[in-house]
Amino acid sequence: MTLHALLLAGVAAATWAQVSPERIRDADREPGNWFTYSRDYNGQRYSPLTAITPANAGRLQAAWVYQIQQPGKFSTSPLVIDGILYITEPGGDVTALDGRTGRPVWRFSRRPPPDLHACCGSANRGLAVLNELLFVGTLDSHLLAIDLHTGKLRWDSVVADYRAGHAITVAPLAFGDRVLVGIAGGEYGIRGFLDAYDAKTGKRLWRFWTVPAPGETGHDSWQGDSWQTGGAPTWITGSYDPTLNTVYWGTGNPGPDYDGDARKGDNLYSCSLIALDATTGKLRWHFQFTPHDVNDWDSAHVPILVNSKDRKLVVVANRNGFYYVLDRVTGEYLRGVPFGKQTWASGLDEKGRPIRLPDMEPNAGGRMVYPGFHGATNWFSPSYSPLTELVYVGVREEPAYFVKERNSYSPGQWFSGGNPRGVPKVEPTGSIRALEHSTGRVVWEFALKSPPWAGLMATAGGVVFGGSSEGVFYALDAATGKPLWHFGTGAPIFANPVSFLVGGRQHVAIAAGNALLVFALPE
Amino acid sequence: MHRMRYTLAMRLYALIFWACFVASGQTPRSLFQAHCAGCHGPSGVGSRGPALNVPTLQRANDLASLMVLLRQGIPGTEMPALASQDVADGPLRGLAAYVLGLREDSRTGASTGPGRGAELIRVKGKCLGCHRVNGEGGGLGPDLSEIGRQRDPEWLRRALVEPEADIFDSFGGYRWTIQIPDNYLLVELTTADGNHISGSRLNEDAFSIQIRDQQGRIRSFLKAELAELNKRWGKSPMPSYKNILTAQELDDVVTYLVGLRGLR
Repeated sequence: MTLHALLLAGVAAATWAQVSPERIRDADREPGNWFTYSRDYNGQRYSPLTAITPANAGRLQAAWVYQIQQPGKFSTSPLVIDGILYITEPGGDVTALDGRTGRPVWRFSRRPPPDLHACCGSANRGLAVLNELLFVGTLDSHLLAIDLHTGKLRWDSVVADYRAGHAITVAPLAFGDRVLVGIAGGEYGIRGFLDAYDAKTGKRLWRFWTVPAPGETGHDSWQGDSWQTGGAPTWITGSYDPTLNTVYWGTGNPGPDYDGDARKGDNLYSCSLIALDATTGKLRWHFQFTPHDVNDWDSAHVPILVNSKDRKLVVVANRNGFYYVLDRVTGEYLRGVPFGKQTWASGLDEKGRPIRLPDMEPNAGGRMVYPGFHGATNWFSPSYSPLTELVYVGVREEPAYFVKERNSYSPGQWFSGGNPRGVPKVEPTGSIRALEHSTGRVVWEFALKSPPWAGLMATAGGVVFGGSSEGVFYALDAATGKPLWHFGTGAPIFANPVSFLVGGRQHVAIAAGNALLVFALPE
Repeated sequence: MHRMRYTLAMRLYALIFWACFVASGQTPRSLFQAHCAGCHGPSGVGSRGPALNVPTLQRANDLASLMVLLRQGIPGTEMPALASQDVADGPLRGLAAYVLGLREDSRTGASTGPGRGAELIRVKGKCLGCHRVNGEGGGLGPDLSEIGRQRDPEWLRRALVEPEADIFDSFGGYRWTIQIPDNYLLVELTTADGNHISGSRLNEDAFSIQIRDQQGRIRSFLKAELAELNKRWGKSPMPSYKNILTAQELDDVVTYLVGLRGLR
């Protein structure tokens, strides 16, 4: 081969490795890759790969294991691009791994300052990619762009002041020419927002405040100055409909979590789903699942975009115990039913607003409520299979005593307004439930020993993968819930599974403990 | 001199937890009541958990060590970890200082000598058929080698006469990790080939269960291979000693148990 030919081949390879907006938008054309947090913009965490089936899943075996270098809660959802896995470690390091062997091929390290305010320990849920850049948020609230090919820093934008309680644990979402990133800090009295940044330069394009300022629509849902510490963080990745040019993103609890006395009103847009114009960041509509939340029931969930015969839907299994079906064009409430144990509401009214039962709010002595403050489900991803038309949800059954206290606000300090605690002699438990997506009807259930902290992934092979708090990674039949295979990882699982192709073979990956474990069928 | 140092240290800890209260709004006392008093008693005198008003805390007797212990819990015991979501670092420091401030110079403890209680649990009580003390005895029930640091006399007396009044459990309290034996839950199972086996649960997940059977053997079963699995919530295989031991003998056994404090 001549030098000229070699150079041409190099240019071709470089072009091929670009991850254009079109490649991500058309993710189904490349089922072997995993381009966004949820694989595609629909938030379905569904893999179109078909090699692993109920008939052969029992033969899955470990392909390789990668041990991370940073301590913390390992919750990454890897991106997989042309045979390379890109993961975040709990402290925010980014590592690129050879998908065939698990060998690191580059690593980006950055030491955050020591005085962080991450509510729940060091954690990072993953990356976004666009063209030749990876995007990662940091615990000290920076958004970084990293070279996809070399791991070198390309730009660094300060999103917020971490000393005031802000942190980024969410995987960003990139499309078109921009990257969106949310913020955490709902237990520190922050005022939440969702940001969009220019993917090439890191310049901020827009910010949507999830707590309206004086003069803005919704501000009257806050009492006095309580909006300034109103919370409503945006710490779980949303979904995006390119056709409607609309972003769908869940918002977290109002602050202080358990003391609603000083923030009377509905406290918009906390515990809501917000639909924003992707170009301008302007609010198109919102739906509030838990008005005036006092139980820490963040609506920090990946919204699932799914179409019925005549409507474009967005569905959410909410931490408050109810499953919701909304029209994603208008935000109209269509249906809502309980999917987990709840004792706080008699149901939902015709607009989807919960009908609260009396005497269930936190008090000084502690009020027992299902679900507890970790909710009937939590941040970990649900999944939807277009083949079964079922939504798969990890369900937590665990009550709490909710205790209310009066806290004074100080920037960067814990500001929860109470101390919920567990209920003695009630063994928390959990399950995986398959819900009919249009009605929420439970089609099957798989019992777990303990409440889960791991997400789910359905595949076109007819399998649902999930993880348990006892550290078991498992495969269920997507149609029936019958267990097909399981593997003891040795540590609790706080992560979402992904699937990809390497060398033409389907692989499945899950983070557990301090390891990323990858499985495949025998060659 | 020693006494003076102790008093100065107490004042320092008082300052620390006062400062943490000012910073966070969560009082160390309220945190103690919310997270600790359930097991250690409202004033730290002990209950189902060990007393904290002792001269020296066995596992962590300084601020830094106690903060680590509170954050991590004590694996293998009922002591849970306090997640930073529940108590942030600032309030945790105040809580640790508050706990250290509960220590007292001296404590009127029960006799630590073996005495008559040691003989009673071996012979008349037959306790070592199920319990183990310093390497002697069976393993179906809890190991009692450190029970004097884990339970107070009133709790132990009640456990002897009403074994099912306060069954050992550890699942209330929002654990992030579930790695240790959950409790001594009595389980009865039937294998697919018809064997009936009972024992105490050591661990369990969605697919398997591990028990210690009546012979003290650790056994593991896949749930798919079981015909039946019954969990006997609130039940204990331990008999009541109300009519087995006299009042004096119960006193002797309690005195002996309070003196069991492990190697440290």
